[in-house]
Amino acid sequence: MRLRLSVELLGFVALTAIVAELPRFVGDYRARELAIVGMYFIALLGLSILTGYSGQISLGHGAFMAIGGYTTAILTVNGFYGHPVRDLWTIPIAGVVAGIAGLLVGVPALRLSGLYLALITFGIAVSFPQLPKKFDHFLGGTTGKILNLAKPPYGLDTTTNDWIYYLTWGIALVLLLCAWLLVRGKTGRALKAIRDSEVAAASSGISLARYKTLAFGISAFYAGIAGSLYAIANAYVNPDVFPIILSVYLVVGLAVGGLDSLPGLIAGAALIYFLQNHADTVAKWLNHLPALSLDPKQPGISSVVFGAVLIVVMLLVPTGVGGLLRRVLHPLTTRLYTRS
Amino acid sequence: MPLAAFTWTEFAQQIAAGVREGAIYAGLALAIVIIYRSTRVINFAQGEMATFTTFIAWSLMNRGLSFWVAFPIVLAIAFAGGVTIERVLIRPVENAPVLTIVIITLGLALLLNGLMSIIWGGANRQFRGPFSTRTIDVGGVPISVQDIGIVVVSIALVALLALFFRFTKLGLALRAAAVNPDSSRLAGVRVGWMLALGWGIAAVLGAVAGMMIAPVVFLDPNMMQTILLYAFAAAVLGGLDSPAGAVVGGILLGVTITLLGRYVGFIGSTLKLPVALLLILILLLIRPGGLFGRVAVRRV
Amino acid sequence: MSLLELESVGARYGPVKVLHEVSLTVGEGELVAVLGANGAGKTTTLRAVSGTVRRSGDVVFEGHKLPRRPEATARAGIAHVPEGRGTFSELSVWENLRLGAYTRRGKIRDDAKRVYAFFPRLEERRDQQAGTLSGGEQQMLALGRAMMARPKLLLLDEPSLGLAPLVVKEIFEALARMKEKDGISVLVVEQNANLALAHAGRAYVLEVGRVVVAGTSDELRANESVRRSYLGY
Ligand SMILES: Nc1ncnc2c1ncn2[C@@H]1O[C@H](COP(=O)(O)OP(=O)(O)OP(=O)(O)O)[C@@H](O)[C@H]1O
Ligand SMILES: [Mg+2]
Repeated sequence: MRLRLSVELLGFVALTAIVAELPRFVGDYRARELAIVGMYFIALLGLSILTGYSGQISLGHGAFMAIGGYTTAILTVNGFYGHPVRDLWTIPIAGVVAGIAGLLVGVPALRLSGLYLALITFGIAVSFPQLPKKFDHFLGGTTGKILNLAKPPYGLDTTTNDWIYYLTWGIALVLLLCAWLLVRGKTGRALKAIRDSEVAAASSGISLARYKTLAFGISAFYAGIAGSLYAIANAYVNPDVFPIILSVYLVVGLAVGGLDSLPGLIAGAALIYFLQNHADTVAKWLNHLPALSLDPKQPGISSVVFGAVLIVVMLLVPTGVGGLLRRVLHPLTTRLYTRS
Repeated sequence: MPLAAFTWTEFAQQIAAGVREGAIYAGLALAIVIIYRSTRVINFAQGEMATFTTFIAWSLMNRGLSFWVAFPIVLAIAFAGGVTIERVLIRPVENAPVLTIVIITLGLALLLNGLMSIIWGGANRQFRGPFSTRTIDVGGVPISVQDIGIVVVSIALVALLALFFRFTKLGLALRAAAVNPDSSRLAGVRVGWMLALGWGIAAVLGAVAGMMIAPVVFLDPNMMQTILLYAFAAAVLGGLDSPAGAVVGGILLGVTITLLGRYVGFIGSTLKLPVALLLILILLLIRPGGLFGRVAVRRV
Repeated sequence: MSLLELESVGARYGPVKVLHEVSLTVGEGELVAVLGANGAGKTTTLRAVSGTVRRSGDVVFEGHKLPRRPEATARAGIAHVPEGRGTFSELSVWENLRLGAYTRRGKIRDDAKRVYAFFPRLEERRDQQAGTLSGGEQQMLALGRAMMARPKLLLLDEPSLGLAPLVVKEIFEALARMKEKDGISVLVVEQNANLALAHAGRAYVLEVGRVVVAGTSDELRANESVRRSYLGY
C-alpha cells in the first residue's frame, strides 16, 4: 500500500514537472489551447467524483460551468456593490456559487434514482441558456458580457496566454490533489460504497443524504472554477460560450478518460478540446480511409466524430483511457508492490 | 397586464394548441416509456431519431411523393432503423451499467445530429404537412385543421398500440419480456428480439411525432431538442413506467405549459422550459413515482 | 429410447462448479423424481436441462442434442416451472396462461378450459393480477401455464414448497392425471421425499452435485441410507 502511494505521488510530481516545463516547448497559442484543456480537466475531475465515485449521473455540468463563468463576469463587470472585483479573486467565489447551486440540485437528487437524475440535470442544461435571455439587463442576454482582457498580475513577465496556462494548471493540480485525497480517504470509500449499493451503504451506517449531496456540491464547485477560468480566458460570456452540448461533451470526456481514473481524465479533456476545435483535422485523417470523402468544413463533422468516438469507446473500451492505462501498468505495478 | 386581453375564445384556442403540443409530447414520451420499460434505459437519441426520419420523409416528398405515400415508407424505415440500432449498439452492452448505455445513446444522438447537418444542411426547412392550416369553427372556437389532424393521428396511433399490446400474442410477449425476461425465455419468448422490437416501435412513434410537428415548427436538425425534453418531462410525470401515464402526462404538460406561457407574463416563451422542469422536480419530490407510477403489488 | 437423456452433465456458476457428471434419463410418460439435501444441485440440474445455467456435457431430447438456450428448450416441448414459480406478477392470470401457449399455434380456448378443469380457482380469478394470488394459487397458475404449452416434458422445481398439505395433494393428483391423460413426462425436484416417491416411478438422489443413488421408488425406499437421510425413518 505504501508503495502504491509513492508511485502515485511520483506520478503527481512528474505531472507537475511536465506542466511546469511544457510552455517552454510550445508556442504561445498552444499554451492557450493547453490552458483550455486544463479547464475541461478541472470540470471532469468534479464530474468524476460525482459519476465515477458516487455513481450519480449528471448531464448538466455545462450549466454549473456557466454559473461559474457568469459569476466571474458579473463580479468583474458589474462588481460587488459597484466595486469591480479582480478576476483572480472571482475564481473561488465562482466555485462556491456553483457549488451552492450544486448542493441545491443535490438535495432533490437524493430522492431521484439514476435515470431521473440524468433527466433532470439534462433539463437544467437545456433550460439554463434561457435564463440570460430572460434576465438580460443583469446577465447580458444573447450578446453576453464583455470582461476585461486577462493580464498577468504584479507585473509578471509572461504573455497573457502563458499566464492563463499557469493559472489554470496550477489550480488544476491543486484540485487534482484535493480530489485524490478525497477519493482515497473516508469520503471516497463512502461514495464508492454508495455507488456499488445504496442499500448496503445505508445499512452500514453511511449517510446517503450527506454524501450524495456533498458529491454534487463538490463536483459543481469544480465545474464553477472551470467555468470561471473559461470566462477569464475568453474575456466574454454569453449563452453560446456554454452551449447545451457542453454538458454532453463533458460526459464524453469522462467516459473516454475513464469514469474513476483521475489522470485518465486529462486524455478526456484533451479529446473534448481537440474534437471541438479540430474536428476538421479528424475529417482529413478519415479521408485517408478508402471510400470516404468528407468536407472538413462541414458543420456536422465534429458531432459525427464525437458521437462515433463515444460509441466506439463505450463498446470497445468501456473503462476508457484510465482503464487501459491501468491494464498496461498493471504488470509493472503488481511486480513493484509484491517486491515490497 | 396579461389578463386584460382575456377572452374565453382565446382561452379555448390556447387549450386546443396545448392539446396539440401535448399530443406530440405524448407520442415521444410513449416511445421513451416503451424503451424504458423493456431495457431500463432512457434513449437520449429518441429526438434525433425522430428528426432523422422526418428528414427522410422530407427528401421523399421532395422527390415528388405525396405525404401519405411517404408516410408508411418512412415508418417502415424508422422501424428497421430502430431494430438495427438496438441490435448493433445496445445489444453488446445489454448487461453493462446504465451509465454506459446512456452514454451510447448520447453518442448516437450526436452522431445522428451531425449526420443530419452533413446530409441535409443546418438550415430551417419548410415541411409541408398533410393538413391545411385553415381554421374551422368548432363550437364557436376557430381551430386549425392541422391541430385537429395532429391530435387525431396521435390518438389513433396510441389506440392502435394499446390494442396491439393488449390483444396480440406479440404485444403480450413484449410486455412479458419487459417485466420478467427470465420467465419469458422459459416460455419460449425470444427476449432479445422483443427488445429490438421495442426499439423499432419507439422509432416509429418518434417518426410520427416528427412528421406531425415538422409542419408547425420548421424542420432542422435540432427540431426535437426541446420537444424531447418536454417528452422526458411528460414521461416522468406519468411515472416512466406507464404508457397510459406518458400519454396523459404529455397532454397535461402541453396544456399547462401553453397556458402558463400565454397567461403568466413573467414566464412568456423563454421560461416555459425551466418552469416545466421546476414543476416536474416539485412533483418528483412529492410523488417520486410520478402521477401514475404504481407501487408494484406483489406477494411472495 | 428415453425422452430425455443427460450424459455427464456438469454446470457452474462463475468459477464454482456445482454439478459433476450427472447422468439421468426420463422415459416417455414417466414421472421421475430428483431428491437431495439443500444445495445438492437439484435446481441446477433442472436449469441445466432448460439451459438457464452454463453447462457442459450433452442434454439429448427426443434423440436430438438441445441447444443451451431457454427459448429453444421451450420450443422443443419442455416446460420448466422454476423454483419460485416464475409467474408474471404484473400480468393477469389469463395473460399468464396465454404466455404459456406462446410457442404454439392455433386456438388456446380448449387448453384454457382444461387448465380450469384442473384448477377451477384460476377461472374465478382470471383477470386478477398474478402477483396478488395466494402462494398456492400461484403454484397452480405456474402449473397451468406449463400445461398451456402442451409440453412433452415438464420440469417441476419443488411444487410443494410453502403449500398446505391439501393443496400439495391436489397438485400431485393433477400431475398424475396429466401423465395418464396426455402422456406428459415429468422430472420433479422435491424436498418431500415421501411424497415424491409415492408418485414417482423412479428417482435419483443427488449429493454435492453428483448422483449417488438411482433406482425405482421401491428400491430407494428400501435403501437404508436413503431412508435415514431423506425419508426420516
Ligand atoms: N446463481 C448462483 N450463483 C452461485 N452459486 C449458486 C447459484 N445458484 C446456486 N448456487 C450454488 O449451487 C449449489 C447448488 O444449488 P441448487 O440451487 O442447485 O441447490 P438445490 O439442490 O436446488 O437446493 P435447495 O433444496 O435448497 O433448493 C449451491 O451450493 C448453491 O449455493
Ligand atoms: Mg432448489
